[in-house]
Amino acid sequence: MHELALADAVVTSALAAAEREQLREVTRIAVRIGELQQIDKDVFKFALEQVMPSGEPRLAGTSFTLETVPARFRCRACNRGFTRSETGGSLGKEEAEAIHFLPELAHAFLRCPGCDSGDFAVQDGRGVSIAYIEGE
Amino acid sequence: MAIDPRLAAVEKRLDSVERILAVTGGKGGIGKSVVATTLSIVLARAGRSSGLLDLDLTGPTAHVLLGAQPKAPREEFGVRPQVVDGVSFMSVACFSGTSPAPLRGEDVTNVLLEILAITNWGKLDTLTIDMPPGLGDAALDVVRLIPRAEHLVVATGSRVVLETVRRNVEVLNRYRARILGMVGNMDRGDDSLVRELAAAHGVRFLGSLPYDETIESRVGIPDRLGDSDLARALERCVREEHPGPA
Repeated sequence: MHELALADAVVTSALAAAEREQLREVTRIAVRIGELQQIDKDVFKFALEQVMPSGEPRLAGTSFTLETVPARFRCRACNRGFTRSETGGSLGKEEAEAIHFLPELAHAFLRCPGCDSGDFAVQDGRGVSIAYIEGE
Repeated sequence: MAIDPRLAAVEKRLDSVERILAVTGGKGGIGKSVVATTLSIVLARAGRSSGLLDLDLTGPTAHVLLGAQPKAPREEFGVRPQVVDGVSFMSVACFSGTSPAPLRGEDVTNVLLEILAITNWGKLDTLTIDMPPGLGDAALDVVRLIPRAEHLVVATGSRVVLETVRRNVEVLNRYRARILGMVGNMDRGDDSLVRELAAAHGVRFLGSLPYDETIESRVGIPDRLGDSDLARALERCVREEHPGPA
């Protein structure tokens, strides 16, 4: 599934950060999941566990903290700030799936509730990122 | 500070791709998409595993050239490219369908990064990238994110085009991008200005691609694109630089 690729990217990045910071052990990886990407936390946690390399001692005791971040937008045309729920009814399956894969396609399928413009900034809650890594 | 995990994923995702050719030129309308698509077909017909990535994110057309109906990609440790006549194909159109996707700079970078981070190409001998016109975010991101990409510069004999291509080549050189060479597209028998531009910038001139009046009738039919004079000329251009096509 698509989540496995993103989970693998998180683990690969965490290992690279551990290398840079000379950590012997990564104790926690905190992941932010943007609302726009519509990834279920449990599904993503399962994906992370699936891609954890078994022979990597630095990740043997790693736990994950997952946080879903609400999407926040700011319209460039009328300057209105708005949330995902304010953009109107539910999307069709294909449109929702497109945004799931490429969150920026919100510009193709979502509109500002104030002026109907698709020219808005995604201020928060777009996709998967690592908030922080703890280790020693 | 937050870490963007996609940056680490890009290199890993492209590990299984032996060579990456970025078909560039800077100017719109000089035939980059036709050259990139035809090249990917030529390589596939020569028995090489060939991929095509359309990075013209706001004006994708490679699917039209391939005659592909873009469809939501199958998920398999990421997303698998659609296979069209032996060419593994990926485009923003596979997600957006026929809807226009207006994107600003940062959005362009995000879409490009996301596509590179999640596309599971599998093993490929060559991935051909259809680059967008201009020296904007997408072009600079390819130079930054895929430093091993070899740029195939497309020019025509028009002085208007050459002015833009010159700027494009200078930026590629400044950023130490790898330039495979330059081709003179839509040639009507005098490509001297293209040759001069290539020589002036230390870029190898790979050959001329003839103006082909039949191209429009071949659009959407990979077999016919692969049988065109353009395809034969491209084969000759890349044979030496890109061993494989017979």
